[in-house]
Order: sequence, then C-alpha cells, then structure tokens
Amino acid sequence: MDRIPILKLGGVLIVTIQVDMHDRLALALEEDLTAMIARTGARGVLLEISALEIVDSFIGRMLVSIAAVSRVLDAETVVAGMRPAVAITLVELGLELTGIRTALNVERGMALIQARISEEDDGHGSDRDRHED
Amino acid sequence: MTVTKTETLPVRSGDDVVRVRQRVRALAIEIGLGLVDQTKIVTAASELARNTLDYGGGGDVRIEIVQAGMRKGLRLTFEDHGPGIADIEQAMTDRFTTGRGMGLGLGGAKRLSNEFHIESTPGSGTRVTIARWK
Ligand SMILES: Nc1ncnc2c1ncn2[C@@H]1O[C@H](COP(=O)(O)OP(=O)(O)OP(=O)(O)O)[C@@H](O)[C@H]1O
Ligand SMILES: [Mg+2]
Repeated sequence: MDRIPILKLGGVLIVTIQVDMHDRLALALEEDLTAMIARTGARGVLLEISALEIVDSFIGRMLVSIAAVSRVLDAETVVAGMRPAVAITLVELGLELTGIRTALNVERGMALIQARISEEDDGHGSDRDRHED
Repeated sequence: MTVTKTETLPVRSGDDVVRVRQRVRALAIEIGLGLVDQTKIVTAASELARNTLDYGGGGDVRIEIVQAGMRKGLRLTFEDHGPGIADIEQAMTDRFTTGRGMGLGLGGAKRLSNEFHIESTPGSGTRVTIARWK
C-alpha cells in the first residue's frame, strides 16, 4: 500500500501532502504519525498542504483528528501553506480546524512550533520567569 | 436555459471521487470560472460524490455545461438508488450525521453553490443537483 513519507527535523515531524487523498491513505498517515510521535517524542507535527487543490470535510476531519491525537501525545500540529482559495472555501463549507494552528508556509510553521517548544521548556525548566507577572 | 455539454461519470469507488473532482475542475476552467469559484464547486462536488458513495451505495453524476443568455454555468446531478433520506431537513442541518462524518457535506455543498436541489425517496434513492454560474 502507498504511504505518505514523514520527515523528522529536530523535534518536528514534517509531512507534505501532495496527492489526492483517499480513505486508506488518510488512515495510514494518521497511524504512521501517531506511532512516530510516540517513538521519537516529537513535539510538533507540520502538515504542508500547498499542493492540495481542495480541502473537503473528509480531509478536514483527517487534519482535525491528527491534531487531536498529536495533542494527547504532547505534540502540536501546524498546517502550513493552505492556498487562499482553499481557505475561503473552508469558511463557507463551515469547517473549523479545531485545535489546529495555521501558518503561511513551512518556515513560519517551523518557527511557530519551535517557539512553543522553547516556551514550554523554559516553563518546565525553572521558575526564573515566574516573578514577572 | 440550454445544455451545451453533458457527460456522466460513475461514483462507485474512492478513485471515482477523485476523477469526478478532476473532471469538474477541468470543466469549471473551460467555462471560465475563477479560481475561488472553481474551488467551491469542486469542493461541493467532492462532498456530494462522497455521500453518493458512502450512504447511497454508489451511483453516478451527470455533469453539464449550461447556458442562460450570456451566462454559462456548471450543473452537477448526483444520483443513487440507495436507502434514501427520510428527513431531508434534518440531513441538511450542519453537524447532523448518521455516519462518522462532521455533518457538513450537504449544508456545505448548498452554501458553496448558487443553486441546490435535493430529492429523496426512502427505499429508492437520492438525487442532489447543484449549479454554479459564472
Ligand atoms: N446520498 C445519500 N443517501 C442516503 N443518505 C444520505 C445521502 N447523502 C447524505 N445522507 C444522509 O445525510 C446525512 C448528512 O450528510 P452530510 O454530507 O451533510 O454529512 P456527513 O456525510 O454525515 O458528514 P461529512 O459530509 O461532514 O463528512 C448523512 O449522515 C446521511 O445520513
Ligand atoms: Mg457527507
């Protein structure tokens, strides 16, 4: 069966979704990502979707579900590169990407995730910053 | 209103859904729909094709280029002979689903189209027609 490759860069898993997804592929991706987060302790998942010409409720559900599972495993999901026409259409479709942050491109998406990782590490690491508020 | 082109495609597998999307995109471009309108009608088509497959047990779609005066449009008619829908109003409500979906397909397809029409008879099938005009 075809599978979508997952790349690991630092603590972040990167997936470029290029093909027209169908059910089996979507399920396989979700499984693979879950296993890989658990195995590697990745803190972020970056889904690059600039090749997607549409996001319908099926793909939307997959994105939301990947984000939900990732969150349980302490990894944050960012969707990067959504085409403007797709974003406009999503709103009218009524789809809310609950729990998903979006970024203009991969670079900004990485920055979002890195910021979250270092913020959390600071928070857990010491009480240095606590007195500020 | 006249129909200037008609084709029918099967909707019986996930691959068929992909083909329907591709064909609707090609014809949307052919009649000169802009990128956002193309994306809307292709997304609506994807929702309806998936319903035909998942709930209707498969069926087909008639894709037509229509013309009214100077205006061109794309009209899609999805038809299946599945179980039908007992309560259409309920089915059209956002978030209502009898499957594992988000319940957005029918309502979303209506919002993404200029025209929307649904007919269904329990026990004999469902027909949904949408159109998007240039
Ligand atoms: N062709 C059909 N035949 C029989 N029932 C249908 C058909 N299309 C839709 N339905 C019924 O209407 C309900 C709502 O459909 P809708 O597309 O809005 O949501 P969904 O398919 O359940 O979820 P989503 O589209 O968000 O993935 C479906 O759950 C199903 O019960
Ligand atoms: Mg649906």
